[in-house]
Amino acid sequence: MPATRLSKTAAHDHASRVFDLDAMSLRELNQALHRLTPGSNETAWEVLNPKGSHSVAVGVDQPVSIDVRGSVGYYCGGMNDGAAITVHGSAGPGVGENMMSGSITIKGDASQYAGATGRGGLLVIEGNASSRCGISMKGIDIVVHGNIGHMSAFMAQSGNLVVLGDAGDALGDSIYEARLFVRGKVNSLGADCIAKEMRTEHLELLQGLLDRAGVTGVKPAEFKRYGSARTLYNFNIDNADAY
Amino acid sequence: MCGIVGLFLKDKALEPKLGAMLSEMLISLSDRGPDSAGIAIYGAPTGNEAKITIQSAKPERDFRGLDAELAKAIGVPVSVAVKSTHAVVRTKPDKIDEARETIRALRPDIRIMGAGDVVEIYKEVGLPEAVVERFDVRKMTGTHGIGHTRMATESAVTTMGAHPFSTGADQCLVHNGSLSNHNNVRRELVREGMTFETENDTEVAAAYLSSQMAHGKNLGEALEGTLSDLDGFFTFVVGTKNGFGVVRDPIACKPAVMAETDQYVAFGSEYRALTKLPGIDNARVWEPEPATVYFWEH
Repeated sequence: MPATRLSKTAAHDHASRVFDLDAMSLRELNQALHRLTPGSNETAWEVLNPKGSHSVAVGVDQPVSIDVRGSVGYYCGGMNDGAAITVHGSAGPGVGENMMSGSITIKGDASQYAGATGRGGLLVIEGNASSRCGISMKGIDIVVHGNIGHMSAFMAQSGNLVVLGDAGDALGDSIYEARLFVRGKVNSLGADCIAKEMRTEHLELLQGLLDRAGVTGVKPAEFKRYGSARTLYNFNIDNADAY
Repeated sequence: MCGIVGLFLKDKALEPKLGAMLSEMLISLSDRGPDSAGIAIYGAPTGNEAKITIQSAKPERDFRGLDAELAKAIGVPVSVAVKSTHAVVRTKPDKIDEARETIRALRPDIRIMGAGDVVEIYKEVGLPEAVVERFDVRKMTGTHGIGHTRMATESAVTTMGAHPFSTGADQCLVHNGSLSNHNNVRRELVREGMTFETENDTEVAAAYLSSQMAHGKNLGEALEGTLSDLDGFFTFVVGTKNGFGVVRDPIACKPAVMAETDQYVAFGSEYRALTKLPGIDNARVWEPEPATVYFWEH
């Protein structure tokens, strides 16, 4: 890395931009984040007193780091495209909804539909996630240190959902090609979701996901893999009575 | 949408602040429902009086002279404390049913919000801030309370369609969601002899719980029954004379967050409602599980 780049990085460490939501509006924060252009020197951001605010740091499209000190409400980091967002607290419904790239880390718990429809990037939930985690995921990787609730990965299309704890009812209902890895108990599987063989390539993939999520002391072999039985893909004349 | 809150105090030192705390919780959720708002406060029991909260669209006409007329009709002292469109009628506990019937006869336009030994219920069309101001809720003291700010989906925006709904002595309920089998359940409860003030689905849920408890079930058992007997979306927060309960339907679409410390148990539709509570940063904060009953009693 060139010396100039290094010195710039060092300078940023001393100059993270602080937004106190007790003193400034959420709109001011999000507009400032949206005004960022490629190569901006403002690469480190800190948000104070979120106090359950909705839509904190939605739609950021530059590779900056954003540390949110406290718990957030609905849709934190929605549509994120490249930022590394860390919530030092818990997140309300829809955290990281439709994330494109980058990462979001929740130090506490996440409410329902975390990572819904996500296209890419990595969502890490260090506590528990709630119902509908990864619903309709389309390429995002989600790693949950704790448990996930019912109807998670419903209609999940692609990407990976890794759960170190347990999964609730109807996991992976009507799933397409997403891969689900669960280390604990699964209450029940949804329609067309089945346990699958864990082959070498899956163990390698899972190790990579655990590494990216900073998980240590957990082996890929401790997980079971679940995915689509692929019986709902096409209309089957034998099922005509069911429609 | 709708926003609901509840606060159950364990620490008596907080009781003078109950109204203020619950008011702030409800106001923080104003954007979840701008149509109407309501709050139920459980005050300290005095032992020798019971209360009826009444409401009138024409309070000056309906409340004037009511205390003297009611006292004369039921033969015991009565006080009437007017707060805007509402008034709290106080009299002897053993005369409360008679007082209720007499109020209906003396002033047919008065609506009964609720009755019991300790509960007072205030609800009106408008934003939470306006409702809290109108009834001076911040100054109220008490042991526990629940509140609601409504985005109407199911029945008209009226005072009587606002929550909380009270269908039994010191019992009331707030609801986020909508029920789909309320007409059937209402018919069954009417057959049992229950009466209804509105066409509202939430009133049916409240009456269902009152009926279950009248049949000897405790609050927890009654709440358990909602999971099999009520169909639809619901997060309920319920108050009784000495209890506080929460239950969510198995699908659990309607949001809910709870917090507990040595001083209180608190409920909010969102975490925003809890951020001003004392010691919240060190509270145990969790999302109540679907189809799981939570309740506390003093």
